[in-house]
Amino acid sequence: MVTSVTSFGRSGLSDWMIQRISAWIMTAYVAFMVCYFVGNPELTYAQWAELNSSLAMRMFSLVTILSIAAHAWIGMWCVLTDYVTLRLVGPKATAIRIFFQLGMIAITLLYVVWAIDILWGI
Amino acid sequence: MLNVSIYRYNPEVDSEPYMQDFKVDTQGKDVMVLDVLEKLKAEDPTLTFRRSCREGVCGSDGVNISGKNGLACITPLSEAVKGNKLVIRPLPGLPVIRDLVIDMSQFYAQYEKIQPYMINNTPAPAIERLQSPEERAKLDGLYECILCACCSTACPSFWWNPDKFIGPSGLLQAYRFLADSRDTATEERLANLDDPFSVFRCHGIMNCVQVCPKGLNPTKAIGHIRSMLIRSAT
Repeated sequence: MVTSVTSFGRSGLSDWMIQRISAWIMTAYVAFMVCYFVGNPELTYAQWAELNSSLAMRMFSLVTILSIAAHAWIGMWCVLTDYVTLRLVGPKATAIRIFFQLGMIAITLLYVVWAIDILWGI
Repeated sequence: MLNVSIYRYNPEVDSEPYMQDFKVDTQGKDVMVLDVLEKLKAEDPTLTFRRSCREGVCGSDGVNISGKNGLACITPLSEAVKGNKLVIRPLPGLPVIRDLVIDMSQFYAQYEKIQPYMINNTPAPAIERLQSPEERAKLDGLYECILCACCSTACPSFWWNPDKFIGPSGLLQAYRFLADSRDTATEERLANLDDPFSVFRCHGIMNCVQVCPKGLNPTKAIGHIRSMLIRSAT
C-alpha cells in the first residue's frame, strides 16, 4: 500500500470513480449548453440571465464546477507525481512538487469560491 | 548483409552508452533475433546479454527490438528488421548493468509486493484442494506469464513510478491469485492495492498488451482488479 496525503480522495478507487463521474457530469453540461445555444439562435441577455438565475440551473452549474475542480485536481496530481519526482528532477523534486500541488489546490479552491459568487450573484 | 545496431555500455570502461554497428550475414534465412546475437557474440565475446531456454519459456532474453519489447529467441528477423536494419537495445526504464542486461530488482520488488503465492489458512485436505473446471478456467491467460518484464518496461506509468506502480506484469499475477478459488486472502490482497499508485496508475494505454510475447492481456486483468475493488468497497 502506497500512501499519499495530497491526492484528492486518498484512495485510488475513490479518485478513479470521481474522475469517471465528473467526466460524465461535464459531458452532460457541455451537451446541454450546445443544445441550448442551437435551440436558441436569437438568444437575448434577458433569456440567458433567466436561465442562470433558476435554482435548477445554478445547481447544475455548481455540480459541474465542482466536477471540474475534482477532475483537474486528480489529473494534475497524477501529472505532478509522474514527472516531478526524485528520479526525474533530482533532490529538489519533493519541494517543487509540494509547491505546485499546494498552488494548484489553492487556485482550484479559489476558482470554486469565485464561481459560486458569480452563480449566486446573478 | 544485415545491418545490426546494438546498444553497448560497460560501466567499468565506457563513460556513457553508445550504439555499435555490425554487419551480419544471415544467408537470407529468417532466423531469430537471438541467433543474430549469438553470432555476434561468437565474434565479439564482450557483447553481453541474457538467454537461457531459447524457446520463449524462460523469459531471460527480453530486449527492445527495433523499438518494440520482445523475446529475442522467438522474434524472427522478418518481424524485427526495418529497411535492412535491426536495432537492439536493453528493455527501457530499468538501470543497465551492461550492454543488454538490465537490473530487474525493482521489477521483482513489485512482484514480491503482490504476494505471488497461494494464501489459504484453512486446514489442508487429505489429498489436495480441488477446483472445478470452471474455477480452473479463470486462471487461463494469467498463469502463463513468464515474468520477462517486456510489458512492465513498455509502460510509461512504470517508467515514472517503478517504486510505487506495480506494473502490468505484477498486476496480472495479482489477479491470478485474486481469481484463484483456493486463495482465501482476497480482501487483504484488495486492501493492499487500493491506493492511488499500485493499480490506479494504469491509464489503459495497453502497451503491455501490444508487446506481451505470450499474447496475454494485463490491461484486462487490471480491469478485473478494478471491478473487484469496486464490488468490495461499495
